[in-house]
Amino acid sequence: MRTDIIMVLLILTNMLVLGSSRLRACIRIVAIQGVALGILPMLIHSFELHILIFTIISVILKGIVFPLMLLRTLRQLNVWREDDPYVGYGMSLLAGPIALAFSYWISTRLPMPFSIQSPMLIPVAFFTLIVGLFLIVSRKKALTQVLGYLVLENGIYAFGMAIASQQPMLIELGTLLDVFVGVFVMGIAIFHISRQFDHIDTDQLSSLRN
Amino acid sequence: MIWALILIPFFASLLSLLIRSDNLRRTLLVTAAVGHTLIMALSWTRTFVPILNGWFAIDLIAQLFLSIASVLFLMTSFYAVGYLKTEKHESQKDFEEERFFVNAPEAVFTACLLMFLAMMTMVVTSQHFGILWVTMEATTLVTAPLIYFHRHHRSLEATWKYLLICSVGIAVSLLGNFFLAIAASAHNGVSFPLIRSDLIASGSQLWTPWVKAAFIFFLVGYGTKMGLAPLHTWLPDAHSESPSLVSALLSGALLNCAFVGILRAFEVTAAAGQLEFAKDLLVLFGLVSMLFAAVFIIGQADYKRMLAYSSVEHMGILALGVGLGGTAAFASMFHAINHSLTKTALFLIAGNILAAYKTKVAQDVRGLLSSIPASGLFWVAGILAITGFPPFGIFLSEFLILKAVIDQGRYAIVVIYLILLAIIFIGISAIALRMAQGRNIKPISVDGERKLSIIPSGILLVITLTFGIYVPPQLSSVLHAIANLLGGF
Repeated sequence: MRTDIIMVLLILTNMLVLGSSRLRACIRIVAIQGVALGILPMLIHSFELHILIFTIISVILKGIVFPLMLLRTLRQLNVWREDDPYVGYGMSLLAGPIALAFSYWISTRLPMPFSIQSPMLIPVAFFTLIVGLFLIVSRKKALTQVLGYLVLENGIYAFGMAIASQQPMLIELGTLLDVFVGVFVMGIAIFHISRQFDHIDTDQLSSLRN
Repeated sequence: MIWALILIPFFASLLSLLIRSDNLRRTLLVTAAVGHTLIMALSWTRTFVPILNGWFAIDLIAQLFLSIASVLFLMTSFYAVGYLKTEKHESQKDFEEERFFVNAPEAVFTACLLMFLAMMTMVVTSQHFGILWVTMEATTLVTAPLIYFHRHHRSLEATWKYLLICSVGIAVSLLGNFFLAIAASAHNGVSFPLIRSDLIASGSQLWTPWVKAAFIFFLVGYGTKMGLAPLHTWLPDAHSESPSLVSALLSGALLNCAFVGILRAFEVTAAAGQLEFAKDLLVLFGLVSMLFAAVFIIGQADYKRMLAYSSVEHMGILALGVGLGGTAAFASMFHAINHSLTKTALFLIAGNILAAYKTKVAQDVRGLLSSIPASGLFWVAGILAITGFPPFGIFLSEFLILKAVIDQGRYAIVVIYLILLAIIFIGISAIALRMAQGRNIKPISVDGERKLSIIPSGILLVITLTFGIYVPPQLSSVLHAIANLLGGF
């Protein structure tokens, strides 16, 4: 039951991030999604110390550190909206339910060899993953693409939760560390892009061809 | 000893951030590279004990690919000393556009180079799929600042594409990891750890649909990083815009690391009884990569991009060789060595050409042989080697693959393979040999050639020439053993 609330929260945040043009709101939505995902292992698995530590670390990273880093970049850039994405917001919102339906369909096609705590977990993980990929290809601002990358990672993370506690914690932490450094490096790159070009529209990064 | 392989470059990297003196830092870079290569050389005479419950070990694949990476890094570090001496600290004019740019701090550059070596060592030696993933993503992150060494807008664009495309690609292969974990979960709830040897030993108990799905995701994910078409789009940009020694390492060492990731997944898939499925996919990706490379090499204006597309071609040949299996798998491993040696040498020479002529446009470069004779000579030799001219090593490996396909009677592949090789041969030699001949009319901006910028390439080319004539029996037995592992013979 409690996991189902989280699943609904994930679906809602995905839909919100698809329909929002304000970057600050998008960052906050992804932060909420991150926190929801962060506490998921506590609800799925029985209480153990290493799961508690892992939960705390991932909530801090996904819920506080990433959004703060991105908001800081946002302030430096003075860019607040994604005005003219490749795919409009109406179409993006329409794509959401289609992706959700597709995720449910594909998860019925993949029989799990073991039982999972929440039947919604796999389709929602796929849905989050697709939304992340969609954001990366349908938005122009470099910052929104990083958000897309984070949503994609969230989807994969949710998928990992379904099967979790089989991977040693060291590797989970390594994965988180990679995402952390990745967002950090991308943040720096965005800062340089804005200084070089006076904008962060990736469709204008097109001097390299052939 | 594996600890030493990982920790020497790791701590050298941290140390180089603290060192103020440029000379001392460059000495540290070379010292760490020499140390790494010496230990790797030792691994050919004795076996190293696996560390961390067997998470890191030098198995056959690790031994081969880490040796390649180590030698390349050593040669590149010598070149780097010469290169960094000539690079200015202050703002300089961009020769392609009338703008000014500065370089990234040398300490950061050196630190990232050394960290790259540490991460590559971990990628190649890791026996656990999770560690493999974590360190593979780490190589992307530490090489991004290397590509953005010259801080102008083109290199920034290349860095952004590289970061985003490779990160997404590698995220996809994380999904592959999870699929593999599902495949490894047994009926009664007890699962195997994602350790290579355990998975192979219990191959028949893995869930085949999930193994297949995992292999597809690994191939797409790590294939992005390896530069397999059509996922190669970051590669030509990153290779053409980064400093030549970084291009050399990306092409010669980094792409191989991603290939190792695919090979690990391939082994497990084969153990799960899905050998033919995995082979067919590799053949398909291999041929498509060669096709893309051929299309883009014809009439390519930029000689560094030409070399980058040639890397796409050779990655395709590697995938094709493993996909064909048997003798071709042996040839593919041999090809990996020769391609790395030759391509690194060529990129280093391309750096010399760039420094002398101040242009990346092949049309504007004439008379290499007369204006910078040593670089010109190595350029011609390297071009002959990379296009598969005898007696260089690549000729031998490409020929062995051809022989294997003919033996298997797959004549459609024979025809496609030969046509594409011919197109690429014509494309590359038309562009590159024209650069060597003729007379240079424009003044060039170097007075004489530095030893450090030509000797590394010379050594690499001599090694690949030697391999074309004589393959040491010890190397040959390792290659055979790997081919056996990959379901050959």
